[in-house]
Amino acid sequence: MLQNKDKIFNNIFGFQSNKLSYALKRGDWDKTKKILSLDHDVIIEKIKNSGLRGRGGAGFSTGLKWSFMPKTLGERPHYLVVNADESEPGTCKDRDIIRHEPHKLIEGCLIASYAMRAHKCYIYIRGEFANEAKILQSAIDEAYENKLIGKNACKSGWDFDLYLHRGAGAYICGEETALLESLEGKKGQPRLKPPFPAGVGLYGCPTTVNNVESIAVVPTILRRGENWFSKLGKENNTGTKLFCISGHVNKPCNVEEEMGIPLRELIEKHAGGVIGGWNNLLAIIPGGSSTPMLPKQICDTITMDFDSLKNAGTGLGTAGVIVMDKTTDIVEAIVRLAFFYKHESCGQCTPCREGTGWMWRLLKKIASKDASPRDIDNLLELTKQVEGHTICALGDAAAWPIQGLFKNFRDEIEVGLKQKKIAAE
Amino acid sequence: MDELRNINITIDGIEISVPQGSTVLQACEAAGAEIPRFCYHEKLSVAGNCRMCLVEMERSPKPIASCAMPASDGMIIKTSSEMVEKARKGVMEFLLINHPLDCPICDQGGECDLQDQALYFGKGETRFENSKRAVSDKNMGPLIKTTMTRCIHCTRCVRFANEVAGVEDLGATGRGENVEISTYLEKAVTSELSGNLVDLCPVGALTSKPYQFVARPWELTKTESVDVMDAIGSNIRIDSRDGKVLRILPKNNESINEEWISDKSRYAIDGLSKQRLDTPFVKINNKLQRVSWDEAFEVINSKISKISNENCVGVVGNQVENEAIFAFRELFKKLNLNKILPFQKKLTFSKENRSNYLFNSKIEGLDKCDYLLLIGANPRVDSAILNARIRKNYIHRDLKISSISSQKFDLKFNHEYLGSDVKILTSILEKKHEISNDFEKANFPMIIIGDEVLQNDSSLDIQKVSTSILKKFGGFKKNWNGFNILHNYASTVGAIDILSEYSDYNHSAFKNDINKNLIKFVYLLNADDFDFDISNCFVIYQGHHGDKGAQLADVILPGAAYTEKEGSYTNLEGRVQYSQRATFPPGDAKEDWTILRALSEKLGKKLDFDNLLQLREIMFSSKTMLKFDENIYSSEPKIITKSDFKSSKLNYENKNFFMTCPISRCSSTMAECSQVNG
Repeated sequence: MLQNKDKIFNNIFGFQSNKLSYALKRGDWDKTKKILSLDHDVIIEKIKNSGLRGRGGAGFSTGLKWSFMPKTLGERPHYLVVNADESEPGTCKDRDIIRHEPHKLIEGCLIASYAMRAHKCYIYIRGEFANEAKILQSAIDEAYENKLIGKNACKSGWDFDLYLHRGAGAYICGEETALLESLEGKKGQPRLKPPFPAGVGLYGCPTTVNNVESIAVVPTILRRGENWFSKLGKENNTGTKLFCISGHVNKPCNVEEEMGIPLRELIEKHAGGVIGGWNNLLAIIPGGSSTPMLPKQICDTITMDFDSLKNAGTGLGTAGVIVMDKTTDIVEAIVRLAFFYKHESCGQCTPCREGTGWMWRLLKKIASKDASPRDIDNLLELTKQVEGHTICALGDAAAWPIQGLFKNFRDEIEVGLKQKKIAAE
Repeated sequence: MDELRNINITIDGIEISVPQGSTVLQACEAAGAEIPRFCYHEKLSVAGNCRMCLVEMERSPKPIASCAMPASDGMIIKTSSEMVEKARKGVMEFLLINHPLDCPICDQGGECDLQDQALYFGKGETRFENSKRAVSDKNMGPLIKTTMTRCIHCTRCVRFANEVAGVEDLGATGRGENVEISTYLEKAVTSELSGNLVDLCPVGALTSKPYQFVARPWELTKTESVDVMDAIGSNIRIDSRDGKVLRILPKNNESINEEWISDKSRYAIDGLSKQRLDTPFVKINNKLQRVSWDEAFEVINSKISKISNENCVGVVGNQVENEAIFAFRELFKKLNLNKILPFQKKLTFSKENRSNYLFNSKIEGLDKCDYLLLIGANPRVDSAILNARIRKNYIHRDLKISSISSQKFDLKFNHEYLGSDVKILTSILEKKHEISNDFEKANFPMIIIGDEVLQNDSSLDIQKVSTSILKKFGGFKKNWNGFNILHNYASTVGAIDILSEYSDYNHSAFKNDINKNLIKFVYLLNADDFDFDISNCFVIYQGHHGDKGAQLADVILPGAAYTEKEGSYTNLEGRVQYSQRATFPPGDAKEDWTILRALSEKLGKKLDFDNLLQLREIMFSSKTMLKFDENIYSSEPKIITKSDFKSSKLNYENKNFFMTCPISRCSSTMAECSQVNG
């Protein structure tokens, strides 16, 4: 279990104020000038060595991503864009970072921008986060007033401007290129890749898009040293991570833990255990709504990190752990997710536009038990037709939960269908 | 420009070399592997949204969209692997689940991309059990019929409107399966190029309104020809059935119209079957009476003794082919007459040198040019295709454009308006104006001189100053000639070419003559816009429509419209192009050169040719430049004028894009467009 001294987000529960004076006491903005005296590439190298993997879902090495930015500032300015469009069902970590630890994020923006030679950073915040936007804006104002950011930020000689932009509440705008489109004032639809944002991003300039959590942990890593961070967790899955535990648990919560913590330990230590005890567990979605679910027998032993979950056929994603006990109608639960993806599909490319609606309707039919096993085959084939054929990952995200459902519960569902058929006859 | 490197790429085991910057799709095409696609279009930006063009790339776990992926060295692509087949079948199924199966009542049937590709990649049976999506139809004006339920959201139309036409009238609203293509406010698409949306639509969502339910593509006879609605000479395909022109489509010509034609070129054709002159007429007791050809010629013959070189004028119209103009000249020559006006409106050119009155940079030069000054030109109305080409450079290469004209026109691209007074040209020449810097910086500067200048009294002076400016700033060099006249009519350049050595008669002289009451006989060759008072003259009108010219006539000789005859037209660049006959003229009407030939025989001055080949042979031997379109003459213009340059304001002439010739004036489609856009 993670010791208190190794926690990065000391105030994630919001017991203290989020104001600058309190943040300073918690150690934020401590010797930032010293960090900024390092060379740009040294910072990138340190982050690379810390083993920090992106906290937005894909788990790509943050330092490596930063190193894709051009090494010199050319005619076009560089941008850092922070993705605070946290909309994945089951995920609420970025919201609490912004609520209770906004200065970690702001300091992280400054350091990351400096490392990537960006003088400007945009935070794209989800439209529904009205209060959070207010809190973050006032924190940004505080930082400006205290000359922590702005011209000659922290007296480091580096000019840095930070802008907060509110989205209009579309899930797809959390996809990095759709986010850039939306930030430019266009309709939020993903762009084709290549070109990647590090070459052609915001307004056609080199851009890196990072998740709130990935940026917010950067100052602490640099202050305490990359070795400290890399010693936490498991190999290749280092450091600490915020887990969002929701669903059928006694005490749903956001909690910071070491990577690689056993799932059962995580739930029982921090969330008060599954309602009705561990044996009442049906399945767990480990990383936000788009990751395939895990049945109880895997949940018993699985550890929460990128690689073990990937090997189990799912993913850590955003670490939004959704717990479902045996009272759950598992098909209905996935129907709701399928509807979510149908509703949030941007409509740009064919498989996702047409496929998400069809998958939802077919799954609804199965949920009503008015279907045959052939419908299940068809549905699984549809998920394969959508998966991997779309411009962005929303198509995959819509297909995976359904695949996960039938991988683990197909037999039970078929039995249900048969019983209904017999009853009808 | 840097020499482009070639890239080696393996497609289905065949290694080929393609230029750098090619996409995988282009490489596959080059290797002979056909890739199905809906959203991809060569002339538009890449959208990559239909996902039909997915191919397998080695070391990529997912298939890639070949239209959007740049080809790079060493790539190994498979276009017919199991993965690709599966992806295509899947995408096709998705496209079809919400597409209505209404091919039998769809105008796109037979030339529908979706229909064709469904034949190859479709499943033949459906697994989809729900109701299909229904989408309400949108109003897009008098030319475009919409059936939005058929839309597959490829966004070609949206991209064309935004990129080529420069109107932001089209876009996609909604999200997911509720996405709809619409004009937002239910208004007509306000572009002169809107008809191209119909060609671009790969399915039957956007079809041609005037052509709805008229014919199936396999019933049509297709004739490749040349358009005469403006001086561009757009290449077209005339689709006809049972002697009637049913529709006109663009034909690719990268040097001229690329893949587009204007709405007038495309939709004025219903005017071809209205108010046609199908028999000769003679005015008897102030009333036009139907007569035979012999009787009509006899009436002219009875006047022949009174006709003299002083009192007879010939006027060439706007859409006459070179052959007829040449025969007209030969007839006048045989009769010892030499007063021929090569065009109807008073336009002043200097004819000494052919490059004095041509579009010397060529239409393709618009892609190369890096600074453009428009003087008295409104290319959007005068030649919409050329305007789109300017816009292309403006979009892709940020071309800077300035204009001097009677008013700031809405050209669909940003340009700096320098006022209506041409005196500014002298300060540009003397480097006293900031525009001089733009000229100085430019490698390929270009000046386009339009109607407002040509009609101006100091036209020649303006042209001369323009050549001086170009000369000063490197506008004339090897492979570049920046001096351009923007003609409005299909026959103007041909007429000047043919007539300039024969006759130097001009509109000022004609005005003098008519004031002195000298003119007694006027021969209008297809001339319907001759705005001079000739009511006291004996007027022969030869043409195809009962339009303005026929109303003035004492004798009417019914001719053929441009779709009904073989002929050559010289476009504004000086390029000669040949049109083909798609249908026959109605009733007793004849091709124009045959009328002139028959009349000459009747008048006892028989012309020296009996068929078109002989006519062309004589024509080419007298002026070689009329034969080919390569060797377009491009020396430096030499404009001779005695007067000094003085300040002069350009005057605005109200022009209706949709009604500029007898055919478009008779077209009800054009009338509707003019009402909607006016």
